[in-house]
Amino acid sequence: MSTPPDTSRYDADERGWFGDFGGRFMPEALVAALDELTAAWQDAMADPAFVESFETICREYAGTPSRLYEARRLSDKVGVRILLKREDLNHTGAHKIRNVLGQALLTKRMGKQRVIAETGAGQHGVASATAAAYFGLDCTVYMGAVDVKRQALNVARMNLLGAKVIPVDSGSATLKDAINEALRDWVASVDHTAYLFGTAAGPHPFPSMVRDFARGIGDEARAQCLEQYGVLPDVVAACVGGGSNAIGIFQAFLDDDGVALHGFEPGGDGVETGRHAATIHAGDSGVLHGARTYVLQDEDGQTIESHSISAGLDYPGVGPQHAHLAKTGRAIYTPVTDAEAMDALALLSRTEGIIPAIESAHAVAGALRLAEGLAAEKGPDATILVNLSGRGDKDMETAMEWFDL
Amino acid sequence: MLASLRFRRVPRMSTPTTATAFAAAKAEGRAALVGYLPAGFPDVAGGIDALRCLVDSGCDVIEIGLPYSDPVMDGPTIQAAAQQALERGVRTTDVLRTVEAVAATGVPTVVMTYWNPVERYGVPRFAADLAAAGGAGLITPDLTPDSAPEWIAAADEHDLDKIFLVAPSSTDERIAMTTNACRGFVYATAVMGVTGARTTTSDLAAPLVSRTRATTDLPIGVGLGVSNGEQAAELAAYADGVIVGSAFVRALLDHDDRSAGLKALAALTEDLAAGVRRG
Repeated sequence: MSTPPDTSRYDADERGWFGDFGGRFMPEALVAALDELTAAWQDAMADPAFVESFETICREYAGTPSRLYEARRLSDKVGVRILLKREDLNHTGAHKIRNVLGQALLTKRMGKQRVIAETGAGQHGVASATAAAYFGLDCTVYMGAVDVKRQALNVARMNLLGAKVIPVDSGSATLKDAINEALRDWVASVDHTAYLFGTAAGPHPFPSMVRDFARGIGDEARAQCLEQYGVLPDVVAACVGGGSNAIGIFQAFLDDDGVALHGFEPGGDGVETGRHAATIHAGDSGVLHGARTYVLQDEDGQTIESHSISAGLDYPGVGPQHAHLAKTGRAIYTPVTDAEAMDALALLSRTEGIIPAIESAHAVAGALRLAEGLAAEKGPDATILVNLSGRGDKDMETAMEWFDL
Repeated sequence: MLASLRFRRVPRMSTPTTATAFAAAKAEGRAALVGYLPAGFPDVAGGIDALRCLVDSGCDVIEIGLPYSDPVMDGPTIQAAAQQALERGVRTTDVLRTVEAVAATGVPTVVMTYWNPVERYGVPRFAADLAAAGGAGLITPDLTPDSAPEWIAAADEHDLDKIFLVAPSSTDERIAMTTNACRGFVYATAVMGVTGARTTTSDLAAPLVSRTRATTDLPIGVGLGVSNGEQAAELAAYADGVIVGSAFVRALLDHDDRSAGLKALAALTEDLAAGVRRG
């Protein structure tokens, strides 16, 4: 009862298909590398020495397992128990360190010396640069030119950590274009370079591999719920951009039918305005960055630029396992607007003394929305587990502007 | 929906295929010259003019690029042209109209496209409309045969060429699987990298062609990086076709004046056409 199974009926098949979603839509030039990566990842995950070494590094260096914390004042306010999975307390301030440490460890095991990564706001870039420094790997980070200007502090962090940051001017000069440019680098460098993909999207094996490196979040949280409260939560809530933190916490609960899974997508100015990044809620099935998934696209299949106050969620695609969970009804995805997220950010700051990342504030806002119904239905013992995927230090400029601080 | 009605089927009996074009070049003891330009660049009419210029100046097969927002296999030159075309509002139906106009010259015309625009248009509908426009087939840079059952079925139904790519990194097993699924010709990418003119030809191309040749009787076209007649001659020594794209786009990008651009395009095509005859 205390340990979730290693696999779930919602996992991909051996070719990376989650039902109708996922797969591998990639140039032939990269197929050999993706096959090599798939074999190396499967081999590593079956090797107890690799798994133990990953767990040790996460514990000693990243500070996992992260705490499960009962937000008492917030719980009193909303009438149900709110539990926060404190990924914000990890080294570098978010869940993303787990994925990059896993992938960088795998890179070392494969004997490659160079890593590349894409980044939007810079969080995955900083995490990648950190892991590269830890393992002594050469690191290049592609970042949209627009984002380089918006996120000067994170560019400085990456530089300080020894990574090379390359601004990308093509397309919309944001995250999706940084991914394109990283893929272009990889086509030319694949024999000695690993691509540390930042989210549970992209071609097989990335959606499954990134999830495996992030699933410690849910495995820990599930055990902590049982140990500290003797129950599983009624609801698990997480924000969904590409979806790595959400799939990282959902995976452990997929086969617990009594646990409702809720993903909260960036609703931007409101889905009706067209300025949002609510890919599952408002997108259509298509192929982007190597996988079939839900995509924000126009009538001709051209990708539409996404909008969110949260740079980490500002992506016009989503991981294919989420698309599958949505289609099967196992998880429910709803948009949360910029304004709702910022209200939740302020509320959590003032009731608990925790300033969440704006990404994570979407999950908090979603939980608050669900709390009322759940309180009426099940009373104060009802429990919502929220993945507090990152801390808000990086978002202070946005907060200053939004709240006129 | 409109497009299905608009494109009337061209009688295919009279249309030369990519296979006949490669065979004709071979009969002349030379490689075929395959020329690429994106549709809608600099605009739809200008794109058609440029593609017809390729035909008039000596290309044996034409590839028309479908501009896409996220072209991961393309270098800066083709990216810039595709982006310009998209900014001017080029649509998938414009690409099919361009195919119709170019195929009408009698030169076999294929479309090169990333997968999502086809999936969005509807795979059977795209195949039907491409065939009706006189198109000969499709090159799919981000779709490999093992992910392409729907396209293969639609192409077979509409008698279209399926041109998949092989790369220096492909295993022998994957090359065999890929060539087995191809019809028309096989596209061999000469370098590990994206599209774009390079100053020297790749030493990866010849071994790839010979590994590919071991699995198929189909003609093999080599692309990525070719920009002049000398390189074309080098490749023509062992390849059945020489594929050129970025260098043509560059010739147009470098000239603000359209007639000067077409003149440069014609001169480059003639140089390349002479090159494939020297190889």
